[in-house]
Amino acid sequence: MKNFITNARKTSFHISKRSKSALPTWKAWTIRIVSVIISLVVCSLIIVLLTGQNPLEVYSAMIKGSFGSERKFLVLIQNTAILLGISLAVTPAFKMKFWNLGAEGQVLIGGLCCMVLMFKIGDKLPNSVLIITMLISSILGGIAWGLIPAIFKAKWNTNESLFTLMMNYIAIQLVSFAIMVWVPSGSSVMGLVNASSRAGWLPDLFGKKYIINIITVAVLTAVMYVYLKYSKHGYEISVVGESENTAKYIGINVKKVILRTMIFSGALCGLVGFLLVAGTNHTISKELAGGNGFTAIMVSWLAKFNPITMVLTSFLIAFLQKGAGEIATSFNLNTSIAEILTGIIIFFIIGSEFFINYEIKKTKKEAD
Amino acid sequence: MAVPAIELKNITKKFGCIIANNNINLTVNKGEILALLGENGSGKTTLMNIISGIYFPDGGQIFINGKETVIRSPKDSFDCKIGMIHQHFKLVDVFNAAENIILGLDDGKYNLKEATNLIKKICIQYGFDIDPEKKIYDMSVSEKQTVEIIKVLYRGADILILDEPTAVLTPQETQKLFAVLRNMRNDGKSIIIITHKLHEVLSISDKVAVLRKGEYIGTIETKDANESILTEMMVGKKITLNIDRTEPKDTADRLCVKSVSLINRNGVKVLDNIDFTAKSGEILGIAGIAGSGQKELLESIAGLQNVDSGDILYLNPKTGNNESLKGKTPVQIHQLGVRLSFVPEDRLGMGLVGNMDIVDNMMLRSYKKGKSVFLERKDPRKLAHKVIDSLEVATPGASTPVRRLSGGNVQKILVGREIEASPTVLMAAYPVRGLDINSSYMIYNLLNEQKEKGVAVIFVGEDLDVLLDLCDRILVLCGGKVTGILDARKTTKEEIGILMTGKKLKTDDNANGGE
Repeated sequence: MKNFITNARKTSFHISKRSKSALPTWKAWTIRIVSVIISLVVCSLIIVLLTGQNPLEVYSAMIKGSFGSERKFLVLIQNTAILLGISLAVTPAFKMKFWNLGAEGQVLIGGLCCMVLMFKIGDKLPNSVLIITMLISSILGGIAWGLIPAIFKAKWNTNESLFTLMMNYIAIQLVSFAIMVWVPSGSSVMGLVNASSRAGWLPDLFGKKYIINIITVAVLTAVMYVYLKYSKHGYEISVVGESENTAKYIGINVKKVILRTMIFSGALCGLVGFLLVAGTNHTISKELAGGNGFTAIMVSWLAKFNPITMVLTSFLIAFLQKGAGEIATSFNLNTSIAEILTGIIIFFIIGSEFFINYEIKKTKKEAD
Repeated sequence: MAVPAIELKNITKKFGCIIANNNINLTVNKGEILALLGENGSGKTTLMNIISGIYFPDGGQIFINGKETVIRSPKDSFDCKIGMIHQHFKLVDVFNAAENIILGLDDGKYNLKEATNLIKKICIQYGFDIDPEKKIYDMSVSEKQTVEIIKVLYRGADILILDEPTAVLTPQETQKLFAVLRNMRNDGKSIIIITHKLHEVLSISDKVAVLRKGEYIGTIETKDANESILTEMMVGKKITLNIDRTEPKDTADRLCVKSVSLINRNGVKVLDNIDFTAKSGEILGIAGIAGSGQKELLESIAGLQNVDSGDILYLNPKTGNNESLKGKTPVQIHQLGVRLSFVPEDRLGMGLVGNMDIVDNMMLRSYKKGKSVFLERKDPRKLAHKVIDSLEVATPGASTPVRRLSGGNVQKILVGREIEASPTVLMAAYPVRGLDINSSYMIYNLLNEQKEKGVAVIFVGEDLDVLLDLCDRILVLCGGKVTGILDARKTTKEEIGILMTGKKLKTDDNANGGE
C-alpha cells in the first residue's frame, strides 16, 4: 500500500515542555549563568556601537558605583531591602493568581498615612508613641488600598489588575494634593520633615542609617518563607492559586482567602511605605516607591515566589538599577542607555527560564 | 450512479499507545447523508478531525472525488471543499452574521454588500432563515449554528461534517435543521452527521456507519436498519471481564436522592427530577452518554452545586438520623459527620493539585485538622507512603509533584486518598478513564473492597462491559433524566444502550431492579 506520510511534515524541529524529569539544579544554574554572560557580551556591543566607550570600563564603573565605598554599599543594601520588602508583599497575592499591580499605590498610601501624623502631630507625642502610631496608620492605609479591589473581586468578580492599577493613580493624586496643601510656597517638592527635632524618624542603629529597614525586611523574609511553606494559610493560598475548582472541592472558602491574603499583602506594602518615609526619606513625593511596586512583580516571578531566592533577585535588580544610574553620570551618558542595558540583562535572565522549562528537539523523520 | 465524494481507506490514528482509529473505511457519495454512530470514545471526533485537517493520520489514504489527497492542515481541507461545523461555535460575538461568514476569507476584497446578497441567495436556496445583519450576541443557539453552516457553504463546501448538531437544539429546531440538510443533499452535497440519537439517525440519514472503540464495525443502509440493529452494532457483544463481584450483604439505604432538579447557568435543565437510592454494601453504576448530567449529579451530592429543587438525604448509620445535604457546602457536609468521598472526573483540575507533591496532595482533605496555624505534614507523609506502597504507585518519591506521574498513578493517589478517609459513601466519576488494564483492575478491586466493607459506592462509567460486571444496579441517565434503573446481573448491553439514547424499554421486566 502506498503511504503518503513521508515528508508530510515540513519543519525540522519542534519545541516541547520538559516533562517527566525537570532539569537538574546545576544544569539550570549553568543555563542562567551562561545567559548572563551572553547578555553582558550583547551589552558590550551596544555600548561600543552607541557610545564608543570601553565596555570593561563601563562595567567596572557599575561595580564601583555599588561597592566602591561603605556608604555606596549601604545604599545598595537599603535599595535591595525596599525592593525585597515590596516583592515579599506582592508574593502571596501573586501565588494566589490575584494580579496585584497596585503595590506602588499601596506603598504610597502607607507612606502618606504616616507622613500625615509625622507632619501634623510630630511635636505633640513622645517619639516612640509617634512611631508606633505612624506604623499602625501606614499598615491600615495599605490594607485599605489592597482590600478595596479584593472586595470587588470577591463580590462581583471585577478585574483586579485594572482595579489595583487605578488605585495607584488615586494614591498618586492624594499625595500631590497633600504636598500642595502642606507646602506653602507652591513648590511641588516637600523638604525634610522635622529635620531639627527628628520626630518620627527611625533611629540609627550602630551609628548607621537604614539598619532598622534592613533588619525589618530580613525578618519579613523569614516570616514570609515560613508563612507560605508551613502555615495553613500559605497552603490555602497555593491551592486557590493552582486551581479554584480544587479549592471548592475540598471546601476552602475562596472569597475569604482572597480577602485575607489581600489584607496581608496590602499591610506589608503599607509597612514598606512606613519604612521609606520614617527610615529612609523623611519626606514624601509621588516617586516614593519609584516604580519598585512594578519592579517587585518581576523580582517575585523571577524567584518563582520563593522568598529566599527573592533576596538574590532583588539584589541583582537593585544592583543593575544603581549601576545603570552610576554609569549615566560618570560617563556623561543619557540615562536611557543605562536603562537599555538593564533591559537587555533582564531580558536574557527571563529568557533563560524558557530554556530551563522547554527543550528544542529535532523532529524525527517518520519512516514509512 | 453513486459517485463517491470522499473515501477513507484504512485510516489509523494513535495517541501514544491508545489507538483512536484503527483501519477505518468509510465512503460518502454525492447527494448522500451519512450518519456516523458510536459511543463516547469510539473515535468519531478523531476521524472527523482527520478529515478536516486538525489531526494527521498515522496511516491510510483519503480520496476526494476519486483522487488520492493529502490533508495536512485545515486549509488543505478547505481546498478540498470540506467544511466542518463544530459542536462549539467559533464565531465573533460582536460581529454580525455576514461579517462572521466572510471573516478570514482571503479573496483580496472586502465587499460586505456583495457578501450579504450572496448569503441571502444561499438562504433562499436551502431554506435557511437568518438575518445577515444580526449580531451574534443577539442570536439563539440555533441561529448561531445556522451561521456556522452558511459559513462553510459560502466558502463553497461540498462535503459538510456536523458534529452532534442536534445536541443543543430543541425538537422543532432539529426538524428545521433536517429540512435544510435534505435540501442540501438534493443539491448534490455530501453530509456526514455525528449523533447519538438513534431516531434522528433513522429519520435523516441514507447510510449509517458505526464505530466502536476505534474500530470500524460496518456501514448499513438506513432503510435496512432499526434501533435494535444499530444498538447492537454500537455496543457490541458482551465481553466478560472477570471482575470478582460478590453478592451485596446487609444492604441498607444510605443516600436518598429525591426529585432533584438543577438548572445550569445557561438556563438548561441539566438534572430533571432525579430519584434514586444508593445502598450500603452495593455498587450503583451510572451509565449515560457524556454530558447527560453525571457530573452535575455527583457535584450536587458533594455540595459543589446547589440544586434548585428536590432533596438529598443521608441516612447516618451511626445515629440513624436523616440528614439533608441540600444547600450545604462540602465543609458543612463534613461537619454533619457525613463521610463522603468523591473521586471527580477532572483529576488534576479538581481532585488533586498538579504542582504540589504527593504529601501535600494527601493532606488536601485533612490539612485543617488541629488548632495550630502551621501545617502538620507527618501523618500525610505516612499516608503518602502507605498509598504508594499498597497501590504500587510508580513514583521517584513522596515529594514528587503529582503532575509528573502517569495517568494511572495520579488516579491511584486520588483514589487512595479518598478511600483512606474511610468513607460511608464513595463516589467515583470515570475512575478508570485513560488507565491501562492493570491499573483499571486495581481500581475495580478497590471499589469492590469498599463495597464489601459496607460502603455505598456510586460508580460513573462509560464502558458498558465494566458497568455490567462491576455494579449491582445500573442507573441510566439521558438528558438529565433517569431513564431506568436496572439489575446489572440480569440486564443486557442492548437494554442499557436503548435507555441511554432516551428510549423506554418495551417490557418492564427488568426495570424492577430499581426500588
